[in-house]
Amino acid sequence: MSTILSVEHLTKRYESGHEALTDVNLQINEGEILALLGPNGAGKTTLISIICGIVNATEGRVMVAGHDNVTAFRKTRSLIGLVPQELTLGSFDRVSDTVNFSRGLFGKGRDDAWVEQLLTDLSLWDKRDSEIMTLSGGMKRRVLIAKALAHKPRVLFLDEPTAGVDVELRKDMWEIVSKLREDGVTIILTTHYIEEAEAIADRVGVISKGKLLLVEDKATLMQKLGKKQLIIELRSPATALPGQLNDYDLELSPGGDSITYTYDVRAERTGITRLLQELQQAGLELRDLQTRQSSLEEIFVNLVNDQ
Amino acid sequence: MNWHAVKVIYVNEMMRTFRTLAQSIASPVISTSLYFVVFGSAIGSRIESIDGVSYGAFLVPGLMMLSLLTQSISNASFGIYFPKFIGTIYEILSAPISHFEILLGYVGAAATKSLIIGTIILITASFFVDIRIAHPIWMVSFFVLTCVTFSLLGFIIGIWADNFEKLQLVPLLVITPLVFLGGSFYSIDMLPPAWQTISLFNPVLYLISGFRWSFFEVSDVSVGWSLLAVAVFLFACLAVVSWMFKTGYKMKS
Repeated sequence: MSTILSVEHLTKRYESGHEALTDVNLQINEGEILALLGPNGAGKTTLISIICGIVNATEGRVMVAGHDNVTAFRKTRSLIGLVPQELTLGSFDRVSDTVNFSRGLFGKGRDDAWVEQLLTDLSLWDKRDSEIMTLSGGMKRRVLIAKALAHKPRVLFLDEPTAGVDVELRKDMWEIVSKLREDGVTIILTTHYIEEAEAIADRVGVISKGKLLLVEDKATLMQKLGKKQLIIELRSPATALPGQLNDYDLELSPGGDSITYTYDVRAERTGITRLLQELQQAGLELRDLQTRQSSLEEIFVNLVNDQ
Repeated sequence: MNWHAVKVIYVNEMMRTFRTLAQSIASPVISTSLYFVVFGSAIGSRIESIDGVSYGAFLVPGLMMLSLLTQSISNASFGIYFPKFIGTIYEILSAPISHFEILLGYVGAAATKSLIIGTIILITASFFVDIRIAHPIWMVSFFVLTCVTFSLLGFIIGIWADNFEKLQLVPLLVITPLVFLGGSFYSIDMLPPAWQTISLFNPVLYLISGFRWSFFEVSDVSVGWSLLAVAVFLFACLAVVSWMFKTGYKMKS
């Protein structure tokens, strides 16, 4: 897979001295979906804004399809579409006019067939002649997506596409994203919903206080997530684990009153039934059982707090 | 050049004008008519002609300038301030478009609108007074240059302003007094000598004087000075705009 976007040693320091981004490095492959996770004020929007040319970088550079986004801004910006976080739209514009406006800004002439297809795909065709102020919040977000796609970008940035959006619309948004991916569009989305990253991303980046803490394959992250623990509380404390249970990944608590079994939830056989049987055979009496899973959220919170 | 972008900005701005046709076109026409009724007919009938030009006709270039200056500034400043205010500026900043192209779209549309309004005022005025234009080419040149220059000034104000009060500040507190004191309603010969000298420091006087000369061949200052004044204004505005773009002043952090 070729790299379509490369961010090299990007730093942003505002005049106030606040450092919004610190030495961020990121390679994005063509056709992938990358989710940037991070709390509010982490620098997600600043990073996107620099790539799109809205904010100047203090240090470092951004290359899009091999072109520098400052010296060859026309080339790089033509390849990028941006859906901003806020619903920033002119209230009096009509839907199709504002989409045509975006297309023109990006140097493309009118293409009514394409705009029709775009608006149809986003369930906006019926609203094409409506003034934007008459649309619901969810519709406005679709209009923003239509505007961002009007010039057929190869890279699409979605800045918190589902912030303040109801569950149904969020699902719709995910469908839109997966359809775009089928069309070969590279997508970078920011979110603070972890399940969103889980649902649609190929890779997940975690950003906090201006630093990119990790970028990993979702599958790798899920492997960490796939581990689950079964905590078995014993009626009377055990001094040692019975020898016949050596095959299991078990850990006896210091007081000896509980045993923790770590297993892969996605394995064909978790071994739980057999373990419980063998515990009984070993004469251990159980008082209670509980399971726990370290979620992406926990990993994320730990990462962010560790800084 | 990204001509598509220039075109859509221009068309979008013009559409905004036509959407608010009543405010944009009707209000200058009504206010001009009122000026003619009050100054031209009611008061003007008691005023002798100035340098052989009837007072009503003498007013026309001054009134046109008054409208051109205020309209150019308010249109251009609002045009660029509004996307900043509602946040849609992100799209323009992230588009493959140069600063010059942004300027061309916004200032071009604001200047066009001023030209339309100026023409309407001229036509309206022709119903009240006899108008002759001695030097049509000069008249059109002053007309166009003034529209462009003050639309540029409006663009600067629109970028500089971070609230609606600031947007109104310059047109109300600077431009209106300068136009009123710049001989739009009188010849500076009518002023006491000391005030005549002070008036010469008012840049708007040169615009009005030159414009009036192109109509009636009467002027407070020579037409060469007027031309120079417009040129200085134009280049000063261009210099400020290019500095703003270079530094990203209030647009790009």
